[in-house]
Amino acid sequence: MIGIIDYGCGNLFSLKSSFEAIGEEVFVSGDAAKLQKADRLVLPGVGAFGDAAHKLKTSGLDRFVKEQAASGKPLMGICLGMQMLFEKSYEYGVHEGLGLLKGQVVPMEGVLSADLKIPHIGWNGLHLMQPDCPLFKNIGEGDHVYFVHSFYAEGCKESLAATAEYGRELTAAVAKGNIFGCQFHPEKSGKIGLAILKAFSEV
Amino acid sequence: MITKRIIPCLDVRNGRVVKGVNFEGLSDVSSPVELGKYYSDNGADELVFYDITASAEGRALFTDILTEVAKTIFIPLTVGGGINTLEDFDRVLKCGADKVSVNSGAIRNPDLITQAAKKYGDQCVVLSADVKRVNGVYRVFAKGGRENTGMEAIRWIKSCVERGAGEVVLNSIDTDGVKGGFDLEMLDAVCNVVNVPVIASGGAGCKEDFITLFNTLPKVDAGLAASIFHFGEVEIADLKKTLQENGINVRL
Repeated sequence: MIGIIDYGCGNLFSLKSSFEAIGEEVFVSGDAAKLQKADRLVLPGVGAFGDAAHKLKTSGLDRFVKEQAASGKPLMGICLGMQMLFEKSYEYGVHEGLGLLKGQVVPMEGVLSADLKIPHIGWNGLHLMQPDCPLFKNIGEGDHVYFVHSFYAEGCKESLAATAEYGRELTAAVAKGNIFGCQFHPEKSGKIGLAILKAFSEV
Repeated sequence: MITKRIIPCLDVRNGRVVKGVNFEGLSDVSSPVELGKYYSDNGADELVFYDITASAEGRALFTDILTEVAKTIFIPLTVGGGINTLEDFDRVLKCGADKVSVNSGAIRNPDLITQAAKKYGDQCVVLSADVKRVNGVYRVFAKGGRENTGMEAIRWIKSCVERGAGEVVLNSIDTDGVKGGFDLEMLDAVCNVVNVPVIASGGAGCKEDFITLFNTLPKVDAGLAASIFHFGEVEIADLKKTLQENGINVRL
């Protein structure tokens, strides 16, 4: 059973519908006692890093997520949820992340060439850096997924699982042990996205 | 790199998908839920859902049908029609929309764009503009193309992007329903003044119209159409294959 962590950041409707569509049992909750019973956890998130990190902390779910991750339970962060797995973010200030993975989140502005629109939004192809990553068992090199983001993770070589080319190679997915993350939205990425969620359900 | 997007549009009235020629003479096509799922499964890159009569009738958009559509599709969903307040944004986002399209609501109150962009992010706010030439000048029309606002269109669109609209859907009333190709001249004028994705709408009649669109105007990000997809005149998967054969980057 998959538990989607609800800490007041993001629309969880599509994510829940996606797991249901692939026949997985799924629930949404902000209650650690309930989430504890899930055998896999998903950390979603949209919006600003600072606000999301604050909400996760004040709800006490940050400690819970760290404990669960340490216990070996599969955890997948999506979009801002993936960014929160890292040590810190430089999105409008400096904010502390969960620190489950080495790396930091930085703005695209000033890094990408001026003719590229920010946010990086739309369908882009995946370059698999860890082709054997369990998340990718049902997909292949170059498959397209849907991105919407203005900040990206860097300095995460040890967990880098896939990139997408947008002026430079941007971190698209990360994986290390039982910790996984997708910068893109698998719940909005058609069949390929559902295949990634299915793979996570079978990790 | 980012692909060009092909977007079918569901114009919904009374829970059914309709498509009119020049926005008049509506005819029933199908169920939005069935059509939406079909498109999501068959290569559409995104879906646009307009409650086309909501604005003219001065009521809020049907959220029950929207929820049903959102539950069955796994591609980005843009919703519009009768969006006048931040509460309207909130309501449709909770139903599963990813982006919200404003048109008449922004004409009445341009500050709606500013506030929505601040609250939900630029990427969430789509400006939909219905534009028609009147005595050689591009004019913005409101209420589903029924009312000439008298505003000059290019300036209007530019101001909305400055307020935070993260994407522009340009509907040319002049080419809509005519199936003679997109309004390249009007699109070019818009692409020259904004640096956000521009979606071409109105006029697609065949696959070649999309090839011409992307080859002539590389700045255009997406092509939107309704009836040619609904009636099966153009199959999206086949269209995208043809685009790829013509050197246009698409998701297959």
